[in-house]
Amino acid sequence: MKTIADLKIGERAFVKEFCQEDLSLKLLEMGCLPGEEVILEFVAPLGDPVGIQVNGYCLAMRKEEAATVIVEESI
Amino acid sequence: MKKNPIIAIVGNPNIGKSSLFNQLTGLRQKVGNFPSVTVEKKSGPWMLDDATEAVVVDLPGLYSLYPKALDERVVIDILANPQHQDYPDVVVVVVDASNLKRNMLLFTQVADLGLPVVLALNMLDVARDKNLQVNAVKLAMKLGVPVVRINARVGEGIDNLKQAVLQTLKTPLAQREKYYFNPADQFPELIEEVKYTNSLSNNYLALHYVQQHDIFSFVPVEQRVAFDQMIEKYGFKESGFQAAETMHRYAVIDSLVKDSVKTLAEFLVKPLWTRRLDKVLLHPFWGYAVFLSVLLVIFQAVFTFASYPMDLIDAGISSLNDWLKERLPESALSDLVTDGLVAGIGGVVIFIPQIAFLFFLVSLLEESGYMARVMVIMDKLMRKFGLNGRSVVPLISGVACAVPAIMSARSIGNRKERLLTILVTPLMSCSARLPIYTVLIALVVPSTAVLGFFTLQGLTLMGLYLLGLLSALLSAWAIKGKVESAETGYFVMEMPTYQIPRWYHVGIAVWDSVKSFVTEAGKIIVAISIILWVLATYGPGDAISKAEETVQQEQPTLRGPAFDNAVAAYKLEHSYAGHFGKFIEPAISPLGYDWKIGIALLASFAAREVFVGTMSTIYSIGSEADEDNNTIKARMRAEVNPKTGSPMYTPALAFSLLVFYVFAMMCMSTIATVKRETHGWKWPLIQLAYMTVLAYGLAFLTYQVLQ
Repeated sequence: MKTIADLKIGERAFVKEFCQEDLSLKLLEMGCLPGEEVILEFVAPLGDPVGIQVNGYCLAMRKEEAATVIVEESI
Repeated sequence: MKKNPIIAIVGNPNIGKSSLFNQLTGLRQKVGNFPSVTVEKKSGPWMLDDATEAVVVDLPGLYSLYPKALDERVVIDILANPQHQDYPDVVVVVVDASNLKRNMLLFTQVADLGLPVVLALNMLDVARDKNLQVNAVKLAMKLGVPVVRINARVGEGIDNLKQAVLQTLKTPLAQREKYYFNPADQFPELIEEVKYTNSLSNNYLALHYVQQHDIFSFVPVEQRVAFDQMIEKYGFKESGFQAAETMHRYAVIDSLVKDSVKTLAEFLVKPLWTRRLDKVLLHPFWGYAVFLSVLLVIFQAVFTFASYPMDLIDAGISSLNDWLKERLPESALSDLVTDGLVAGIGGVVIFIPQIAFLFFLVSLLEESGYMARVMVIMDKLMRKFGLNGRSVVPLISGVACAVPAIMSARSIGNRKERLLTILVTPLMSCSARLPIYTVLIALVVPSTAVLGFFTLQGLTLMGLYLLGLLSALLSAWAIKGKVESAETGYFVMEMPTYQIPRWYHVGIAVWDSVKSFVTEAGKIIVAISIILWVLATYGPGDAISKAEETVQQEQPTLRGPAFDNAVAAYKLEHSYAGHFGKFIEPAISPLGYDWKIGIALLASFAAREVFVGTMSTIYSIGSEADEDNNTIKARMRAEVNPKTGSPMYTPALAFSLLVFYVFAMMCMSTIATVKRETHGWKWPLIQLAYMTVLAYGLAFLTYQVLQ
């Protein structure tokens, strides 16, 4: 099972589902929706947090939060 | 149409909402609180036409009407309650044109509540940098509401916005028939029942009663049970339904904006400049190097640049005092004016340059979008100490003043990380400590140049700030195991596009903070200065009135100014303040302090900034009007230790005082703020205790080692 936390910089994937309900509500509001394409944009100097491109902008989150977003390579 | 309609500004964070507010209200804006909650409320007048002066209210930035942070709650609390004094007649929803889809989520929610809305399309320049073109006319036709193109930073499109708002105010609002999202599609009976029992007419408002009645201040507690029963009766799942709502809205938004947004060339998620800057500012080495240099510049600026206007103010106040002393008739009242009132006001005014500089630099960082990068590169480090990347803002703002800094910790979603941030923020050296640092450093540290442009004094000052920062981090680390919290919060944060700060908006931020300092802190400082003057001038018994006789008997050889000074010293010693200081002298003498410093310590318990003012009041009593070195610094330098006969302010004493003030929690406003933010006395008292122990212990150590 691959999550956003497993992506390498520049790697693309599609959001499939979330494994944490509360956090998923926040991510959905931020436009991180199932089926949406995400690209890992940066990893902060100490390896955490990470930044993704989603829905046309850049969103930063902690690695443990990124690990709750399951992604797949194609829809 | 109302004479004073209320216009609310609503929108996502970082999209120029406050800039628009500044453009509409300028310097006429007021900062206050929303009733019954401690959320900062900015409002101000806006002339719509000759007969209509609207009240514009800037609501906290948020991504959706379901609040995540504490501050955001106030938005739904107002928009869902027509009886609220700030309930708007028109809502201006400001959206970021470069990120239209995500911004439209909030718009569709506000519109579904049945409020009259105007859409303000901002940041079109950023959209162009991302190769996007937004067609406002098409969007307006799709949405059926006025859409106005604005540039909030420079003030373009304000007249059109005014026309759109006026137009909307004149148009009677039709009952909403079509919802972007209609909860009655899935739960018709539940929505009907809520509408019926609460006399509502709007389906989406009814849904918010179901979902958020617990945080509505206007719903009585006993009524909340009824909602919970309804939720159970209809098998309604709160989180699942909220997720479904968000996804439904995004699907609708997709079709709404599809025709209005055109990609001109290759779409860029980040404009070129933002991408280039991020390469450097998020770099493993350069990122931290830049951040450290920024901090260094801040401190050097505050010490070096601010010292020029401060010296001028100090000299100006003392020559004003001399001038007054020469002209006013000799009486107790004149003394109160010169030594009490003018000295006290001087103690307030002298802070203004430093506060202005700090707020200027901090708001530059926020306005430019750099602060978000700092949070990202600092998060992992801060977490090691139990804090959060977002703690950086409270900690840096703590350098200006702990009160707004502690309030800004609300943006930290995680309860434990927020509490830790609140507990350690007062260890950051606030601007009230700066004058104490400045005066004491100038007394005992030479201004030798180091590495060309730094001075030894500047470096000592930076050392004190670092000491504060270090102890804040270590204290957080020490306390973190003792704070229990099951609740988790999120770091999830948008990385805004970099923008060149506009002087106008930075200027208003500086003006606001200086104004609130002068009015809020100024009142306390002036009051305490006057009280102190009274306590230092009068005393129990007849010791004071017989001072001259007593001194003459004890030291019959004294003549002229030396005699006057001896009398003044005798009077101070036998005044109420003198007795007070003497009383606590045994407790503070291990730190190297005498009773005069004791008076200042006690006075500064209300607010640290009083310390310097008190010192100047104490040392000015008995000083001569014609002395040419009448500044606080000069008076302190001239002070002699009666036991040794050498200068009172030795390096050991000065550093002991400096260390004491780095750690001491001497600020009533901070204690009151912590109580308010943590809902009880437990945490402010714990904080007061641990900081006092640190202050006393470390000042003792410093004095004993250096002596």
